[in-house]
Amino acid sequence: MAAAPFSWIKPEPHGIHIVPADCWVDPSRAVDRALVTHGHADHARGGHGQTVATPETLAIMELRYATRDGATPVAYGETIRLPGGVDATYIPAGHVLGSAQILLEHAGERVIVTGDYKRRHDPTCPPFEVTPCDIFITEATFGLPVFCHPPIKDEMAKLLDRLAAHPDSCVLVGAYALGKAQRVIAELRRAGHRDPIYLHGAMEKMCRLYEEHGIDLGELRLVADHAKDDMRGSIVICPPSALNDRWSRRLPEPITAMASGWMRIRQRARQRNVELPLIISDHADWGELTRTIQEVGAQENWITHGREDALLRWCQLHQKRARALAMVGYEDEDD
Amino acid sequence: MEQFAALIDALVYTRSRNEKLRLIAEYLQATPNPDRGWALAALSDGLDFSAVKSSTIRNLLKDRIDPVLWTLSRDFVGDTAETASLLWPAPEHPPSPPGVTETVELLEAMNRKTVVTELPRLLDRLDASGRYALLKLATGGMRIGVSSRLSKTAFAQAFDVSVDEVEEYWHGLAPPYPELFDWAAHGEAPPDMANLPTFRPFMLAHPLEETVLDLADYAAEWKWDGIRVQLVRAGDETKLFSRSGDDISATFPELLDVLPFPAVLDGELLVRGTHQGGKEGGAASFNALQQRLGRKTVSKKMLAEAPAFVRLYDVLLLDGEDLRALPWTKRRQSLEKLMDRLPESHFDLSRVVDARDFEHLGEIREGSRDDAIEGLMLKRKDSPYIAGRRVGYWYKWKRDPLLVDCVLMYAQRGSGKRSSFYSDYTFGCWDGDPDAGADLLPVGKAYSGFTDEELKKLDRHVRQNTVNRFGPVRETDKSLVFEVAFDSVHDSKRHKSGLAMRFPRIHRIRWDKPPHEADRIEALKALIKD
Repeated sequence: MAAAPFSWIKPEPHGIHIVPADCWVDPSRAVDRALVTHGHADHARGGHGQTVATPETLAIMELRYATRDGATPVAYGETIRLPGGVDATYIPAGHVLGSAQILLEHAGERVIVTGDYKRRHDPTCPPFEVTPCDIFITEATFGLPVFCHPPIKDEMAKLLDRLAAHPDSCVLVGAYALGKAQRVIAELRRAGHRDPIYLHGAMEKMCRLYEEHGIDLGELRLVADHAKDDMRGSIVICPPSALNDRWSRRLPEPITAMASGWMRIRQRARQRNVELPLIISDHADWGELTRTIQEVGAQENWITHGREDALLRWCQLHQKRARALAMVGYEDEDD
Repeated sequence: MEQFAALIDALVYTRSRNEKLRLIAEYLQATPNPDRGWALAALSDGLDFSAVKSSTIRNLLKDRIDPVLWTLSRDFVGDTAETASLLWPAPEHPPSPPGVTETVELLEAMNRKTVVTELPRLLDRLDASGRYALLKLATGGMRIGVSSRLSKTAFAQAFDVSVDEVEEYWHGLAPPYPELFDWAAHGEAPPDMANLPTFRPFMLAHPLEETVLDLADYAAEWKWDGIRVQLVRAGDETKLFSRSGDDISATFPELLDVLPFPAVLDGELLVRGTHQGGKEGGAASFNALQQRLGRKTVSKKMLAEAPAFVRLYDVLLLDGEDLRALPWTKRRQSLEKLMDRLPESHFDLSRVVDARDFEHLGEIREGSRDDAIEGLMLKRKDSPYIAGRRVGYWYKWKRDPLLVDCVLMYAQRGSGKRSSFYSDYTFGCWDGDPDAGADLLPVGKAYSGFTDEELKKLDRHVRQNTVNRFGPVRETDKSLVFEVAFDSVHDSKRHKSGLAMRFPRIHRIRWDKPPHEADRIEALKALIKD
């Protein structure tokens, strides 16, 4: 008896369930077997019996959860056979170090779960690869037409111009500790900024991990090891939560910047008391999301989290089948 | 328009007041007339173009992008002008951007029909920041954290003139203020205000804290609970201004033909009644007055049911003579003499409160709550009439506040010197017996009344006791009691609790008090006096 098409894959509130393999993609609670797309905490929870992910993602999870129990590495382009006759292939997603889309194949049907992704160049991870499939399960964090991330070199120029204009201050950049921070540092280096960059303590280990994976971040120093005056005219990177925290009082007249796709909206920047908004995101903007749906050309598009209403509407206007999945627990407030 | 747009963007993202002043002053110095005058108008009082409304912008956008996508975007961004600036489909090769003056002229020339073709042409010539600045300018208020006063202060700073003088001329001039720039930037004679019915900035009072005053030097008056107004007659025209200098003449037409000679009078606008000070007090409650505020037209019924009058405090100008430099006693004499020339139907005199000494005055003040009066004013007898708030001249001595115990429910981070601390608190009272499962309902918000040390402790309490987050707002575990002070409490349909407090502030932090011992809504309701 032939099963109904795609009945082997079921979106549930806590993750995507691959039924014949009894396996979950990015589950938001501990399960026996998890396929993890990337290392951000909302996708890579701890405590799974087995965790299948890229070696980079597993290294990130080990750093966070201090265990490698059940770690099963799969390199980009490699396929792993799961129980119940399901094949899983990890394909670059261009989001952060180690991030992957997961291509799932079963009974001749192909489903891709993107996790989070972007289409822009990122010196810290290989670019998103467009892969044909039947069902494309996409994120929609910036799924509104107002979101259009400008070229990153313009944002770097904004940052360096402000720094040059205020040699007695520092520019404090709030950036997500995994991915955004390292990308900003790598882009600063690409833009020719050779000075030491100062880090909030919470950033240090992740930056070291990136360096161990061959990403050159130049000279990094810890804020805690230096006097206020050392940091004048420098860039300091901290997690977004530390931006308005008393921690920043140890810095020399900091100019508050934040690297995030949300900075496109003035009130969002003002809410966070940001003086220098840098529109930099590791998620696809509206143009990238809609272009990707077109290029992948799946029969059906499922939307996991974000501004799904608008992306659904776009799919409807462009005669593309789509549905929104009511997923819980994915948050991208700081991206 | 590029420089103006850059200024707006910089102001949006600047928190420091001094930095804002510097940015505006630099722009005013570097920009020629009349561009800078229009910019100053946009930043201070706002410009008004009848053809461009928020709905105009919405409709233009809905013709260009899918209406559903527009609505979803607008809801998310929270601002029509900003959403439109982001979504406007820019042409590939935009024509050259317009200047500020050209923009203003084009906007002025638009009517409801032509706006549909002309505004898009203007939008096509600008980038996203320029479109934002244009749409904000075109629809009035910029709402970018720059007050009218701040803009004027920046103007004064830019050209090294006194801001009081700027205020003095401001209200008699119209954008783009060529006379103001001629005077301040080019040293020409100041504008002549003599025959114009213009607003003069109010003299304001400091709160009297612990100071004891000698009644030989100070006179006392009641502090009536209405709205402070200025009635001006010049060049055969009478105008009524609110405390902020807004022209509210149309709302109170009965006051426009009762002042028979040129003068500038300072007083309290009240509605006839017996709520404040009983029959002798002769004034209805603030709530009664509120029914008449904010109306563009007034019905006959309203005029009959809630007739307004002015209780006079002071006289600034009289029959062409400027009395402001005179001591209060001299101005008071002039005012008393003046009463014979004014109709009793629309004017009376704020009487001086007699007291043997300061202590006696304190006793009189204690009784003011029963009379539903806000408290007392104390004016130094030799004080000239000076715009703004000067130490030592005028004091307000409000009656002691009401107190109620509330529970902290939500907190938000503050701005300015309180930034990075959770310093804005929403608190509630129980809607029944808390031990029988009653809920807390928010009754007010407060941002003040605590010391810096207390603020640090409160901030720590909020961070360690958060149970939920809504954007910037933290919900706490409702374990902390505030003793909240407030001036009065009123019915309100706008709040779920059905109450609105006036001037709530934190009086004491009751670290010791268990939350279920905080007050109930009924206790607060019992304090409503209107």
